[in-house]
Amino acid sequence: MFEIDWNILLPSLVVAGLVLVVLCVDIIRPDNKGGVSGYLSLLGVGVAIWVSLSLWGRSPTHGLGGMLFLDNYALFFNLIILAGTGLTIFVSTGFLEREEGGRSEYYLLILAATLGMMLMAAGADLIVIFLGIELMSIALYILVGFFRRRTDSNEGSMKYLLLGAFATGFLLYGIALVYGSTGTTNLREIELAVAQGRVYTHPMLLGGVALLIVGFAFKVSAVPFHMWAPDVYQGAPTAITGFMSAGPKAAAFAAFFRVMVASLGDLSGDWSGAIWMLAALTMTVGNLGALSQRNIKRMLAYSSVAHAGYVLVALVAANERGIAGGVFYLLAYAFMNIGAFAVIVALGRKGDENLEISGYAGVGFRHPGIGLAMTLFMVSLAGLPPTAGFFGKFQIFSAAVEAGYIWLTVIGVLNSLVSVYFYLGVVVSMYMRQPVGQAHAVSMTPFARVALLTASLGTLYIGLAPTSLLQMARQTVSALL
Amino acid sequence: MLTTVEIIILLPLFGAIVSGVFGHWLKKSSGYVATACVGAAWLLGLKTLVDVMGGVGVDENVYTWVSAGSFTASVGFLVDPLSAIMLVTVTTVSFFVHVYSFGYMHHDAGFARFFAYLNLFVFSMLVLILANNYLLMFVGWEGVGVCSYLLIGFWYERKSASDAGKKAFIVNRIGDFGFLIGIFTMFGYLGTVQFSEVVAKAGGGALPASAATGIALLLFLGACGKSAQFPLYVWLPDAMEGPTPVSALIHAATMVTAGVYVVARSNVLYTLSPTAGAVVAWVGVFTALLAASIALVNTDIKRVLAYSTVSQLGYMFIGVGVGAYTAGIFHLFTHAFFKGLMFLAAGSVMHAMSNELDMRKYGGLLSKMKVTGYTFIIGTIAIAGIPPLSGFWSKDLILAGAYHSHVPGHAALWALGVVGAVMTSFYMFRLILMTFFGQPRDAHLYDHAHESPPSMTVPLLVLAVGAIFVGGVTGYPLEHGWINHFLDPVLGSPDHGSGGAGLSPSVLIGISVAAGLGGFVLALVMHRSGRLGADSRQPIHKVLWNKWYVDEAYDVSIVRPIHRLSMALWTIFDTIVVDGIANGLGYTVKGISWVSGRFQTGRTPTYAMWMLFGTIAMIYAVTLP
Repeated sequence: MFEIDWNILLPSLVVAGLVLVVLCVDIIRPDNKGGVSGYLSLLGVGVAIWVSLSLWGRSPTHGLGGMLFLDNYALFFNLIILAGTGLTIFVSTGFLEREEGGRSEYYLLILAATLGMMLMAAGADLIVIFLGIELMSIALYILVGFFRRRTDSNEGSMKYLLLGAFATGFLLYGIALVYGSTGTTNLREIELAVAQGRVYTHPMLLGGVALLIVGFAFKVSAVPFHMWAPDVYQGAPTAITGFMSAGPKAAAFAAFFRVMVASLGDLSGDWSGAIWMLAALTMTVGNLGALSQRNIKRMLAYSSVAHAGYVLVALVAANERGIAGGVFYLLAYAFMNIGAFAVIVALGRKGDENLEISGYAGVGFRHPGIGLAMTLFMVSLAGLPPTAGFFGKFQIFSAAVEAGYIWLTVIGVLNSLVSVYFYLGVVVSMYMRQPVGQAHAVSMTPFARVALLTASLGTLYIGLAPTSLLQMARQTVSALL
Repeated sequence: MLTTVEIIILLPLFGAIVSGVFGHWLKKSSGYVATACVGAAWLLGLKTLVDVMGGVGVDENVYTWVSAGSFTASVGFLVDPLSAIMLVTVTTVSFFVHVYSFGYMHHDAGFARFFAYLNLFVFSMLVLILANNYLLMFVGWEGVGVCSYLLIGFWYERKSASDAGKKAFIVNRIGDFGFLIGIFTMFGYLGTVQFSEVVAKAGGGALPASAATGIALLLFLGACGKSAQFPLYVWLPDAMEGPTPVSALIHAATMVTAGVYVVARSNVLYTLSPTAGAVVAWVGVFTALLAASIALVNTDIKRVLAYSTVSQLGYMFIGVGVGAYTAGIFHLFTHAFFKGLMFLAAGSVMHAMSNELDMRKYGGLLSKMKVTGYTFIIGTIAIAGIPPLSGFWSKDLILAGAYHSHVPGHAALWALGVVGAVMTSFYMFRLILMTFFGQPRDAHLYDHAHESPPSMTVPLLVLAVGAIFVGGVTGYPLEHGWINHFLDPVLGSPDHGSGGAGLSPSVLIGISVAAGLGGFVLALVMHRSGRLGADSRQPIHKVLWNKWYVDEAYDVSIVRPIHRLSMALWTIFDTIVVDGIANGLGYTVKGISWVSGRFQTGRTPTYAMWMLFGTIAMIYAVTLP
């Protein structure tokens, strides 16, 4: 028997408890259409954030048979994930009402996915990470197809499921190969085994590493494992698209970074070239793909691919500034991207209509607040100063220069400059095009307003006063290096 | 308490917010608010200049923007002689352009929006020139770029205007790319982006010469984009689609000079790297001649002025390239007055001529528009480099600096500069003669012509006074004027490599004055014989008329291939894969059969196939060294 340090489990436990409570509410009050569950979920997420913050700064530990870490790294990702979940719930309340799709399992699934993500960030064992990924993914498969009557929603879900299963196969096979060559699935023991050369066959280990990369690359939507993203993002209910682009991506990166840098860091000579290619391809294909999009969800899907590429640059650099930059960037990205999706939800019409960028003509004058917020998000996504996006990129690219990856930086900066074009395209449409047709009333629930305001303020704050969050991001690095 | 410099910067921001957010209610009053804000900034700017002359500089960090480990960036401002000169230049021209815009934009539906953008521009420009580190400077740099884009495309209903905006935007992206990589590299080597620390560390030998060359050239790439130098100058002539006050303010006097400012501000790097300096000077002289040659035959009044701006910016780069930083900045300063003046006067002419831009339809306007005409002539004499007007002093300082420098081929540099001066004088007097003298060539337009309202002519008069006097007052005696004493301490006095050898200063002055007069005489002779603006069948005329086919060359070599590539990507990814399926779905696949429909299209398997290829490639990349 071993002593259980409950603190290690506490953040996950809060969310797990929340899942059960929401499930019970669902059984007791099946007719609440998600209303009560939504409020409960928000409350629970708030508690989980508070718990994560109160655990911040303790010396890193691990426990439960070496299955989970409790360190700043995991806690920081908890904050990203929970912020994403909280904002999504805020956005969802009015959205579900409009789409008449409110059922309480919606929140249940979101929370289950959140629990999975937190396990991915805290997992100290490949098996736990795998379980986290599957818990998250299965919930997401259902959420993507949540609007059962809409074919594109179903299509996205089915596609995501099929390709996701494919990727899971690779991931699991990778874990098996790593186990086969090192005799363990525990991250710290893998690190030791590699460091001490206790590896059964080296090629098998490397094969396992390659397959692990494939599995993670699918989850972060890196090229060429990204193809599901545009279809799934477009088909999913808009609030879920926003959700997917923030938390799950951050969580996948959390596990990806931890496995690659902390456990397999000694092998970086073998994998960094591959990640270099992955990063370059992902940035380029993502941005070029986004250039010609007219549907805003599809555009942001490609944009999310491109942003995965930027964060991969941080993984290539794999130094202190790079990891801190990547972690920081994912936080900033969560705020600006969910904010953008909150705007899309607000401007959308029943049946998830009005998603063409051309349909945003004149929004800046008809709805000044929304227009201003969207401009902020777009400028930040484009990485123009002085926004959150700019600082994230600045950190990542200067880390890459520091680590000697000049050409990757050149590719990254070129990409980021290209991206300004399509992000500002939205702004131009909002401010410099005459609106066509009748003005549609935009009704935002108070909750949705809170979400939009929070995302805007978050984006602004991260851009204007990034110091404290950047310092927190730097405190996570010691868990990996 | 806010310091003066903070107030100066915040004033236009305040104006932008007020006229932008409340413009709907304020209507015309938004213009008063915006103008008052810039006017107050102008007065404070003058006070700041006086303070700096008294030896009071500012280098303050207002707040630490970000600090993480070794990396710190502040929102901080630097007021030294260089930024004080820039501050006065920018605020002066800005203020009078604001006043002028009252009359010019009076009937425009987007009156408040225009002033909001204009104020936002001034704010960004002030951030650019007053920042005390490269990062904050980049904030302003991007800000002026965005404002320029918005203002070029101000009349977005016109396709040519929004196209011009896009072109400016895209070309500037290339420059920004260089600028950003330059900052990253600088940070990589020096660990700081603060001006004072860069000067200390780079001057202290922390920067290898090769790195200095690299950073200096990257920053110059950025400067080429913003300051319209070859090969990135192509956006500026098209930018004339914007309202004329915008052309005067942004595309003549202020934003386009940002590149010159960056080079001057980074002078420590260019001093470390003679190669980079030589590149700057030679690109400058090449651009100066190229643009001047196009201006020789163009008949669009604003385009001529635009090419003239490109050409004059080339002169400024000659100055900063050969190490005569003071000369370059001095020309920037005087140029802001006379070129701003000429653009505003051109706007006044257009105003009178129902927005006609073709000079072949002008003629004989002097009698009808005395103020516009005479001030325009003053601007022309100034730019032609005829003493004692402003342009003479600064241009001569540049040419003398080039002659005495030790940049490779410095004598040729000087000679080409003189040739350019002849061309400058010719095309400007050609413009004057075609517009204000001779017989009216379009009777209908001529009959309706009238002098512009005082809100437009008063700024002309004020700027004309500047165009006459600022050069002489600050630049006399040559090389030992006030401007030299003021700027040399920050920028360093030009390094006279060849010493006093060669032609004596008075001969040099004589030659450059002769160049200015020569161009004038040539224009006059051609005017008398009626050949100005006439079509010519000579091949060289055709080449110049078609602007050396540079736009066409870019179109064939860059624009079309990229367009084809993106169209191909679009066709593959969207038309075939997405639209085809989505459309096909609606017509053919119904009800429950949609799932099989999905598989028959082969899309999901295609995706899986790609994943498989990717996996194989990944295994290959990781396992095999």
